[in-house]
Amino acid sequence: MDIDVKKVAMLSRIRLTDEEAAELGPQLANIIGYVEQLSAVDTEGVEPIAHPHDIAMPQRVDAVTNGNRRDALQAPAPKTESGLYVVPKVIE
Amino acid sequence: MPFSTLSEIKDRLDAGEATAVAVAKIYLDRIAAFNGDLNAFVDINPAHVLEQAEASDAYRAKHGARALEGLPIAVKDIFCTQDGPTQCCSNILKDFHAPYDAHVITRLKEAGAVLVGKTNMDEFAMGSSTETSAFGPCRNPWDIERIPGGSSGGSASAVAAALTPAALGTDTGGSIRQPASVCGITGLKPTYGRVSRRGIIAFASSLDQAGPMTRSVKDAAMIAAAISGHDSMDSTSVPDAPAIDWLGACDKTDMKGLRIGKPKEYFVDGMDTGVRAAMDTALAECEALGAEIVDISLPHTDAAVAAYYVIAPSEASANLSRYDAVRFGHRCDNPDDLTDMYTRSRDEGFGTEVKRRILTGTFALSSGYYDAYYIKAQQVRTLIRQDFIDAFKTIDVIATPTSPVTAFKLGEKTDDPLTMYLSDIFTIALNLAGLPGLSQPCGFVDGLPVGLQWIAPAWREDQILNAASAYESATDWVKAPVNFGGET
Repeated sequence: MDIDVKKVAMLSRIRLTDEEAAELGPQLANIIGYVEQLSAVDTEGVEPIAHPHDIAMPQRVDAVTNGNRRDALQAPAPKTESGLYVVPKVIE
Repeated sequence: MPFSTLSEIKDRLDAGEATAVAVAKIYLDRIAAFNGDLNAFVDINPAHVLEQAEASDAYRAKHGARALEGLPIAVKDIFCTQDGPTQCCSNILKDFHAPYDAHVITRLKEAGAVLVGKTNMDEFAMGSSTETSAFGPCRNPWDIERIPGGSSGGSASAVAAALTPAALGTDTGGSIRQPASVCGITGLKPTYGRVSRRGIIAFASSLDQAGPMTRSVKDAAMIAAAISGHDSMDSTSVPDAPAIDWLGACDKTDMKGLRIGKPKEYFVDGMDTGVRAAMDTALAECEALGAEIVDISLPHTDAAVAAYYVIAPSEASANLSRYDAVRFGHRCDNPDDLTDMYTRSRDEGFGTEVKRRILTGTFALSSGYYDAYYIKAQQVRTLIRQDFIDAFKTIDVIATPTSPVTAFKLGEKTDDPLTMYLSDIFTIALNLAGLPGLSQPCGFVDGLPVGLQWIAPAWREDQILNAASAYESATDWVKAPVNFGGET
């Protein structure tokens, strides 16, 4: 299969250098070629599962239980100011 | 002492023959002496280890011992800990300090364990050899030119060389069992939903599960008992999981009445002849202990690796989208704009294998391919799960080799990702089905350990522990590597 690795990389928000694209492109095609054997399995009428157990994932009450930890939670951010995350300018 | 089991150390502590501080010092000395050869630990803070040990001794003196009082346990670099860095062996999380403890870390602390440090792993747990770590490859104490398996290779190597008596790993497609197998120790992956995933850096959320890596079956049960249980903060943690008697299940010394399934799809050409011979001997031993070996079939086994390499990368591509250089993680210098910041930070931060998996997953989930790959793989997942459900109607446990080969040499498979993926051929199916599995030592080929894998129905870890304990009591395959202080 011919895969446009640069396009897939852009969907993944990963910049690839030309060298990386040249290496990863054929490997990706090789992996996808391998998993294509799935098409030979008869799955007519088989329900897909996303989770190994047939249980509804329970939701807990939407309530704060651990207090205001903004400073601790923002500590690992590359750049913050006045409790806000700072990113490059989005609007010209 | 160093090659003692956790249970033996516990007995000595309980008898007052040793203190947690003395025990911690033994392992800290060994880490100082041997970690340079193995690169099993990527972060260690001896002063903090000793502080915990002192606190444990004080707790014992005042209140008595908790379940894991004073016992040293190392954890894979994938578990968030408030103390020290949590980096998942990736440059994108370089110097990341987690603002909270993983649920299992809290459980270990509450049980009185002394956390030794962070162990090496494949970057984001993506690999089978611990060669994709941003901190350099980890090595196998049985032959340092060989890989310790992966992705929990650091935990396996550290336990095998007795740099710690026990460790935690995580298992998405075999990442506890395969390294346990090739390093000659015991590794248990619990039933999916048994152990909370909160605070474990996510790889493939419908497959990931944490578990113990130890020198004995009972040690694995001790740790599993401490870390399992419902956590309301993880929506995939099962609230009414059937309880089992973890330690009681380890008292078995025979296999009378046990029906062991031997799946024909797991005993095929391509398996190392030495591994096959070790398996044949192990199954004969089980028969001698009273078990009945039953030939079974798991017809969709061949499709498991392909289904896994659609589902796991798809989930990974979604999970790893969180590394956006905004809230945490590496940010590139002087980004031109937002897109440049995302794409360049992620290019710089992720290693090649992680990129490969993200790209594979993104492709499988992309418009026009979603049905053919992702939905198809989920349907095959249903069939694989059904294979196991059908098989367990007539048998109690399944026995297979954990890995078709013993530890391979560093660099041997790094050029061909697909060959590396096939290392997990015997471990992947049960992750897809959510079942518990355990690997224990069952022999050596040319000085390298071989692992025996046990599989049970969901929530029946006790059946695995019964079989593995009986096998362990009748055999003597838990050894200490000579170059790391073991006897010849």
